[in-house]
Amino acid sequence: MEKFTTLTGIAAPMPLVNIDTDMIIPKQFLKTIKRTGLGANLFDEMRFDRDGNEVEGFVLNQPAYRSAEILVAGENFGCGSSREHAPWALLDYGIRCVISTSFADIFYNNCFKNGILPIAMPKAQVDALMNDAEKGSNARITVDLEAQTVTSSDGDIFSFELDPFKKHCLLNGLDDIGLTVENASASIDAYETKAAQDRPWL
Amino acid sequence: MTAPRTIYDKIWDDHVAHEADDGTCRLYIDRHLVHEVTSPQAFEGLRMTGRSVRAPEKTIAVPDHNVPTDPSRLEGIKDEQSRIQVEALRQNAKDFGVEIYDIDDIRQGIVHIVGPEQGWTQPGMTIVCGDSHTATHGAFGALAHGIGTSEVEHVLATQTLIQKKSKNMLVEVDGELAPGVTAKDITMSIIGKTGTAGGTGHVIEYAGSAIRDLSMEGRMTVCNMAIEGGARAGLIAPDEKTFAYVNGRPHAPKAGQWEMAVEYWKTLTSDEGSHYDYVLKMNAGDIPPVVTWGTSPEDVLAITDVVPAPESFEGGKVDAVRRSIDYMGLTPGQKLSDVEIDTVFIGSCTNGRIEDLREVAKIMEGKRVKAGLRAMIVPGSGLVRLQAEEEGIAQILQEAGFEWRMAGCSMCLGMNPDQLAPGERCASTSNRNFEGRQGFKGRTHLMSPGMAAAAAITGRLTDVRDLM
Ligand code: SF4
Repeated sequence: MEKFTTLTGIAAPMPLVNIDTDMIIPKQFLKTIKRTGLGANLFDEMRFDRDGNEVEGFVLNQPAYRSAEILVAGENFGCGSSREHAPWALLDYGIRCVISTSFADIFYNNCFKNGILPIAMPKAQVDALMNDAEKGSNARITVDLEAQTVTSSDGDIFSFELDPFKKHCLLNGLDDIGLTVENASASIDAYETKAAQDRPWL
Repeated sequence: MTAPRTIYDKIWDDHVAHEADDGTCRLYIDRHLVHEVTSPQAFEGLRMTGRSVRAPEKTIAVPDHNVPTDPSRLEGIKDEQSRIQVEALRQNAKDFGVEIYDIDDIRQGIVHIVGPEQGWTQPGMTIVCGDSHTATHGAFGALAHGIGTSEVEHVLATQTLIQKKSKNMLVEVDGELAPGVTAKDITMSIIGKTGTAGGTGHVIEYAGSAIRDLSMEGRMTVCNMAIEGGARAGLIAPDEKTFAYVNGRPHAPKAGQWEMAVEYWKTLTSDEGSHYDYVLKMNAGDIPPVVTWGTSPEDVLAITDVVPAPESFEGGKVDAVRRSIDYMGLTPGQKLSDVEIDTVFIGSCTNGRIEDLREVAKIMEGKRVKAGLRAMIVPGSGLVRLQAEEEGIAQILQEAGFEWRMAGCSMCLGMNPDQLAPGERCASTSNRNFEGRQGFKGRTHLMSPGMAAAAAITGRLTDVRDLM
């Protein structure tokens, strides 16, 4: 998993509330064999019409936001099914950070497994960042995970809360597998040796 | 003296490879089963991070969910996405050194039927698969449960799973089953009692004389549906029947180690005085042949019953029941045995084994599938299919009017060409009756293989005892 330290980038405003995982990646794309490549269909039904043409008004279709790396979104982002395809699609598109007042639980956890930082902040601060994001590509927002701050294009600094363990994993690019390898490899080796003696038929 | 332990406690204790200060454990996984739908991203994850499969010899792959069940599949799967998923599994197995039972292999079948059949499934093991019905393997006294795609990758890379321990639940079924009543009726009746969330947070141990009297096939049917009761896993203490089933299978312990294995397996029973967080007792003699009437596996009633009235349910359930009855196209008060069906599906990891097909053949002997019905039998594996052909069962069933298919998940879920059309009603031996499960707007009634055979003869939900 890629580390997350600091990020300065364009933030796309999506004030809609309750953006669910079906909106993020509709179910017809789940028959894929890849975790990558889903970015092309991120927000598919909002982003494209039935003929596959871009929907003009949709934020990520506007020139200013095509290379957005941050989303500032309405409350309860990521609700709905547990599909890990949702964070996979965001990441593949290039989104590394989502800022909202609240997130659905499973989606929130799935983000950390995929190197995405979800930031939950009070409404006033999200509103301020939403306004900032609406200024377009000149307004770059900076996220500093170590310092737990978000800096607006005007230099306003907002801090945010985060579970220390999740922060540690993201800063060091440790996914669960990385952690198991880091913390438990020796134990697993030892376990295998002993199990092979105790239960050799395995 | 150590405190008495349940079989779950014992298997758990024997597999904790690492325990962190906060109680989070790395549980060692003895066997990992992989299928085409939930594994591609996990293998891709390994490629992206340059990791390998830690123990390929403890992993097997088999395509089952997406594969068509008509013989033309050998000339190539027509649905492009399904074909790509199956090809990806083949390539991943090759690249990472994992054994695969491919679609042209007689051993191919539903992953939860293949595992036991090949002797991969043994008592005392931890077994996982990216599929919720992994609980099936618990019938051997193994700790077996489903996992998500990130966890599939975690197991491939580390042969462990990050876990916290579940609670112990005991379901004890004593006494003798009445004629016409089977393992499927036991497991459905349990869910009817506990509800689909009754087992949440628990591992269920099934015990009692009625469970011990079941064949291994019947025990697998019982454990298969532990997940429908909300439990993480279900298991049954191994005994002589278990050992006899495993003995001599391709991956069973070889001579020399066999005795040692059996000695260990014999210790895998719950100690006298073990603590259970929840206990349910049932009398086998009270269990009738049952069917589901709604769209949740807990919507279980005796075949002699009538469709319930929504108002008879408590508070929050009234609307759900109304929606369910509406979806199913039924009327409250209607006799279940008056409900006409147009499709019969016999198969799935719940009831796709040889014993199930024998039960169907017994009911069908000298009878015919009612004209106009679509009735299919999908053996759970190529070997079950072969055995049924050798026993003459296949012929009986075909002559009776059943389609005789190749192995796979088939109409258990609408992910391959075997699907219900909108409004079609199916007597099914599978395990889930959710909306759309067997096809968009399809209607599913779950039941035992004998009951499904009876329905095939009359064209409506039928009490199998009337035909015995
Ligand atoms: S037969 Fe049905 S329940 Fe069993 S593994 Fe296949 S799809 Fe899942």
